[in-house]
Amino acid sequence: MASTTAARPSGGRRFSLSWVGAVPFFAYVGLFLLLPTGIIVVGSFFTKDGSLTLANFADIDKPYIIKSFTNSLIISSVSAAIGAVVGAVLAYAVVTGDPNGTLRRLVTSAAGVLAQFGGVALAIALIATVGSEGFVTKFLLARGLNIYAGGLWIYEPIGIILVYLYFQIPLMVLVFLPALDGLRPQWREATESLGGSTWHYWRYVAGPLLAPSFLGCTLLLFANAFSAYATVAALLTQGGVYITLEIQNLLTSETEQTQPGLAQALALTMIVIVVLVTSLYTVLQSRTSKWLR
Amino acid sequence: MQRSRRLKLLIFRWVVLVVVGVFFLAPLAAMFEFSTRGNAINAPRTLEGWTLVGQTPGLVKGIIVSLELAVITPLAMLVLLLPTMVWVRLRLPSLKRIVEFVCLLPLTVPAIALVVGLKPIYIWIEINVSPLTQVLAFAYLILILPYSYRTLDAGLAAMDLKTLSEAARSLGAGWATVMLRVVVPNMSSAILNASLLSVALVLGEYTVANLLNFQNLQVEIQYVSLTTSNTATAVALGSLLFAFILLLVLSFIGRSRGRRTRAEEIIPSSASSAGIWGQRV
Repeated sequence: MASTTAARPSGGRRFSLSWVGAVPFFAYVGLFLLLPTGIIVVGSFFTKDGSLTLANFADIDKPYIIKSFTNSLIISSVSAAIGAVVGAVLAYAVVTGDPNGTLRRLVTSAAGVLAQFGGVALAIALIATVGSEGFVTKFLLARGLNIYAGGLWIYEPIGIILVYLYFQIPLMVLVFLPALDGLRPQWREATESLGGSTWHYWRYVAGPLLAPSFLGCTLLLFANAFSAYATVAALLTQGGVYITLEIQNLLTSETEQTQPGLAQALALTMIVIVVLVTSLYTVLQSRTSKWLR
Repeated sequence: MQRSRRLKLLIFRWVVLVVVGVFFLAPLAAMFEFSTRGNAINAPRTLEGWTLVGQTPGLVKGIIVSLELAVITPLAMLVLLLPTMVWVRLRLPSLKRIVEFVCLLPLTVPAIALVVGLKPIYIWIEINVSPLTQVLAFAYLILILPYSYRTLDAGLAAMDLKTLSEAARSLGAGWATVMLRVVVPNMSSAILNASLLSVALVLGEYTVANLLNFQNLQVEIQYVSLTTSNTATAVALGSLLFAFILLLVLSFIGRSRGRRTRAEEIIPSSASSAGIWGQRV
């Protein structure tokens, strides 16, 4: 131990080559993470011939882009709210069981698949289930119930919210389980020995403890839905008015050549929103960890 | 009182699990029906949807290329990230926060936004490096960074890296020996964990591939679903089940040898810890 610490200062005073070891990593992330981010930032503020401009952001103020932002915000908020409540209830049902049991293992693995890798498969699942030729649709129709009496709704916001719940609820289970794990049975016992009821326990003990985490997780779900692309793209092959699909249009159409800055300005706006929301999430999570670890 | 509460809890759990279970299993059942019956509810059961997978060239190519990416990406991640993390912990501790920040950065840059910045770079790669789909691994390595970093960091934190590496070095081991014979064996479950997560993530990736005009598994599934939906549904169901089995295996890794070292007590069933799951990619 002593010999190495003795060797270090002299090594430090001489020209140390330790930093070379970190070069490959930083070169790589520089090229494939920081450079793309830089391209987005620079591209949104400069014109093609290199002069500073805010025109790209002014272009966001067009009815169809505003509409796609609003639509995305609506489906993200609603799916986050429903997903958070249902996910929290499911997480509680799981956490009250054996922590190493089969149920928990199955639920967390399934939740991992759906929350992260569903994408296209979820869109196909939705069509196979409640699409116009879907099995649930036909099953109910055979029993006299037409779920499309009011029109084909799976390509409408309500359908998108429904399919989003298939990854929002699982994500909530994954991120909320640790907070629930932190609740100690002793707190419940303490409430009871002081004469408190189940209601008192949830209202004055568990509720306030879980509130920051619950709020934080809801925000995470919001950001998650807001930046989701695969499911909505696979479902709405004819296009739709959502912000991620707007970026898709700009990237794949001819507009890319004439106005590359708009896609970058939209991407930057998305990043800013997601950064704000996830920062809030981090703040709320660190509040939670004071009590529940 | 305790007893009635326990009963209530039991009823609550069963009701929740059954209701949510039906909600989540219905689409899977529908997918199975759809892929084995065609689209008539009373049609005879047939395996045509599944056997056609092998006869759809696009799908076969997509499956192969995605499997290749699922091997290349985790390997590249281990070669690039693990030595850097070890080196930074030992020699450049002041850089640790920066490496962590950079690795977690992709959580706040949605994949769809990252693609916008990657597009010009990929145009350059296509012309100057290679037009093959396998170059997607460059982007995928970025997407799996946050998950890999957190898993590997937990593994490294659980071993006494400094003492172990100094002991190995003083016995004459070079850095390669330290990595391969000291670090890797001591955090094998963290490495397996990070790799399996990456495999599952790569197999499910659609955003980057689709927007950069590459045909991987998910892009092909989506494309085939427009014409032969039975076959597409079969592959979609198959890929979901495959990912589920991967994650289920992963949830057992920590436990089978869990009691032995601290490392494995911290990592077990990491799929369930919020630390690993940040946000959708």
